[in-house]
Amino acid sequence: MAAELLRESFEIQGRNYDKAGEVSGEIKVILRDLGIEAASLRRLVIVAFEAEMNVVMYARRGTLTLILTEEDVNLEVRDEGPGIPDIELAFKEGYSTASDEMRELGFGFGMGLPNMKKNSDELKVESEVGKGTLVVAKIRLNSNA
Amino acid sequence: MKLSEIREILQCEVLAGEEDLQVEVHQVVASDGMSEILAFAKSKELMITGLTNIQSIRTADIAGVSAVLYCRGKRPDKKVIEFAKQKRIPVLITQMVMFDICGILYNKGLKGVS
Ligand SMILES: Nc1ncnc2c1ncn2[C@@H]1O[C@H](COP(=O)(O)OP(=O)(O)O)[C@@H](O)[C@H]1O
Ligand SMILES: [Mg+2]
Repeated sequence: MAAELLRESFEIQGRNYDKAGEVSGEIKVILRDLGIEAASLRRLVIVAFEAEMNVVMYARRGTLTLILTEEDVNLEVRDEGPGIPDIELAFKEGYSTASDEMRELGFGFGMGLPNMKKNSDELKVESEVGKGTLVVAKIRLNSNA
Repeated sequence: MKLSEIREILQCEVLAGEEDLQVEVHQVVASDGMSEILAFAKSKELMITGLTNIQSIRTADIAGVSAVLYCRGKRPDKKVIEFAKQKRIPVLITQMVMFDICGILYNKGLKGVS
């Protein structure tokens, strides 16, 4: 395992649509300032943003932890919420339990988890109904540093 | 095509980024679905949407598009415009509807993303 260069956690508030996406925007700035190469950065922030939006839309609260090593960037998004009864179904493109209010925000078209999968090198979702969900993603850095 | 040309062609009002209108865009990503924008944008596109909330600019920032164009005369709140300025994302609005905008830009040589 490569040594950790950075580990930082951010709180995400459920149902706070005004702030929804703020954490991911912040992460983008942090990693860009550290000189993370653009393609990996872009993939990472898409994963972070979709995961953050899911916490805001479906859970009460959550924590996003960003872990940077020399080889990869990792995201751990843990929430307290309803959990996902059928994870395989949740990954189907177009499957969504989003409300009309969420759709009006431009989310809830069932593309979040597929987008996260497409943009990460490893993605793991664990969930316990009635408790919450854990999303762990890894994005490898293109080694040219 | 330069943003300044797009402003002329679509009779846009510029709400943010007046100083960045020399920026060139070659491709367009158009949707009211933010995940769809994130799925198809590859960066540096013109993003066209009818959704004017703060998430539209957050999505534009995350997707790395070069500018945002709001269609059918929809006007974002001040705080959305301020946020776009802070992220240095030019914002244009036009009265035209999505279908017409896309048709016109397509005819002028801009391409969609797929
Ligand atoms: N953190 C979460 N907590 C509870 N349910 C979730 C969570 N993330 C995703 N889901 C469920 O999985 C479905 C699909 O998620 P996603 O692919 O992001 O699409 P969307 O958010 O557009 O519905 C959601 O509609 C929801 O039912
Ligand atoms: Mg989602």
